[in-house]
Amino acid sequence: MSSDTFRPIPSSVAIEDVTGLKERNLLQKLLASQPFWVTIALIAMVLVMTWDQPDAFASADNFFNITRNFAFIGIMAIGMTAVILTGGIDLSVGSIMGLAGVVSGLVLQSEGHWVLAILAGLLTGAAVGVVNGVLISYVGLPAFVVTLGMLSGARSLAIVLSENKMIYEFGPWGDSFNALGGGSIFGIANPVWVLLALAIIFSIILNFTGWGNYLYAIGSNENAARLTGVPVRRIKLQAYIVSGLTAALSAVLIVGWQGSAINALGQGYELRVIASTVIGGADLMGGQGGAYGAVIGAALIEVIRNSLLMAGVDSNWQGAFVGLFIVLAVLLQRIRGKGSA
Amino acid sequence: MPLLELQGISKHFGAIEALKGIDLAIDAGEVVGLMGDNGAGKSTLVKIVAGNFLPSEGELRLDGIVKHFRRPVDARTDGIEVVYQDLALCDNLTAAANVFLGRELKRRIGPLVILDYKAMYARAAELFKELKSETRPRDLVKLMSGGQRQAVAIARTRLANAKMVLMDEPTAAISVRQVAEVLDLIHRLKDRGIAVVLISHRMPDVFAVCDRVVVMRRGRKVADKAIASSSPEEVTGLITGAIQAA
Repeated sequence: MSSDTFRPIPSSVAIEDVTGLKERNLLQKLLASQPFWVTIALIAMVLVMTWDQPDAFASADNFFNITRNFAFIGIMAIGMTAVILTGGIDLSVGSIMGLAGVVSGLVLQSEGHWVLAILAGLLTGAAVGVVNGVLISYVGLPAFVVTLGMLSGARSLAIVLSENKMIYEFGPWGDSFNALGGGSIFGIANPVWVLLALAIIFSIILNFTGWGNYLYAIGSNENAARLTGVPVRRIKLQAYIVSGLTAALSAVLIVGWQGSAINALGQGYELRVIASTVIGGADLMGGQGGAYGAVIGAALIEVIRNSLLMAGVDSNWQGAFVGLFIVLAVLLQRIRGKGSA
Repeated sequence: MPLLELQGISKHFGAIEALKGIDLAIDAGEVVGLMGDNGAGKSTLVKIVAGNFLPSEGELRLDGIVKHFRRPVDARTDGIEVVYQDLALCDNLTAAANVFLGRELKRRIGPLVILDYKAMYARAAELFKELKSETRPRDLVKLMSGGQRQAVAIARTRLANAKMVLMDEPTAAISVRQVAEVLDLIHRLKDRGIAVVLISHRMPDVFAVCDRVVVMRRGRKVADKAIASSSPEEVTGLITGAIQAA
């Protein structure tokens, strides 16, 4: 028996040594994050498609189209992230998009200034967000029910306002309005620039401000947040306003790009938006997710759609693949959750 | 003048009378054990002091001034801190974020006001050191042990200059060693002139740290006496109703 056996156990480490430790280093954090793996999947898919279809897929035109297409969804997904972080859901974003688009179109049709058209659209989105938010956080109704009702209500309002007609005679300011959503800077579509700016702004808000921190706190334990003095109701209301605003912003851009407003605009988008945030690592129970994840989730869905088209797969199969990825993403989340808990 | 004075506090929820005419005075630096069976009204009483709801009748005075706490934040602003039974922690946030929840430290960069993580981590580390708890400020609370979670909840009460700390079953779900640590902490709070109200079912804990024990039964205060002149047997009798009042 060696004398080592009898050596006294060293006294426990000083508390400062422990409290000063960082939980994980950057690499470990990265490996444990869902957006990182979704990014890897996205890059892999792009590489495969580039190798398979170098002319069709990897062209500048296709890049332009893909990025513009997912920008509209990505912008809405960033707003949706704020809501989902609080443990809520906003099923009405597609209908808000339709309503805000029609309102903007009507302002242009009646020869209103393009600035006025944009403001009217954004205001519409914010107003719908206020209605959702008040009913959910002050009246206390379930988010699912309130926004499901709004999904129907806002769409119906859009149809009534547009008299069920397409709005395309945009008046004297139409060209300026269309240039915003349809134009490009340095070869990248304007909506993509808007998406990038929003992603950066929201990354800062979610990670470095009290407001962002409160979203996570509410989604994590709403009662604890209330007891510790977080203005839970106000923050939740604001989250739904943000979601309404991003849906309206996306509407203004998409109407400009298409040069017309139809009341069916954004139909079914709510599911694509929610799918984007979930694939990007947001937890529908709240408290988990981020702006980058929402954007990368939207990008992945669009690349899947585009790749299937390019690969000559019947477009009716798209839904099945998107569905598969949603389930895979949640499965991945579950597996990672088990590993760390 | 007592630090906290309750006079004729009653609370009813519909037809249910949770509290009936409670009078209670607590001095600065006093540790009071609040005991009673489930449903005796302990939690209701604490929630009134903590500002979760207003009493139906009666008056609450802090330093002789009548107070109406409508929200927990009101009570906290006046120096009353609470450690809730479920600890009121957000699992997805770090220990430091939980300690500072609702009163984050911020700094200004040009027009932006952002969270000062560095300062919060440093201050949280100091508090954990003071509590002699091996808790890392950057760890997520969901990965923590019961004792560490307790430390996070208690560290919260040390942020501001509290006059009074209400603890709801702080020793119910932690290890023996950690119970000793929590009781130690209560002594340290007392040394600083902070009053502590300890709600507990654990007789040994109450007799170890409290100066006074208050027993409640069916919404009434049935006993309020110095620990030295009571005994665990008497308190048990009071709780169960075997002894009517003392």
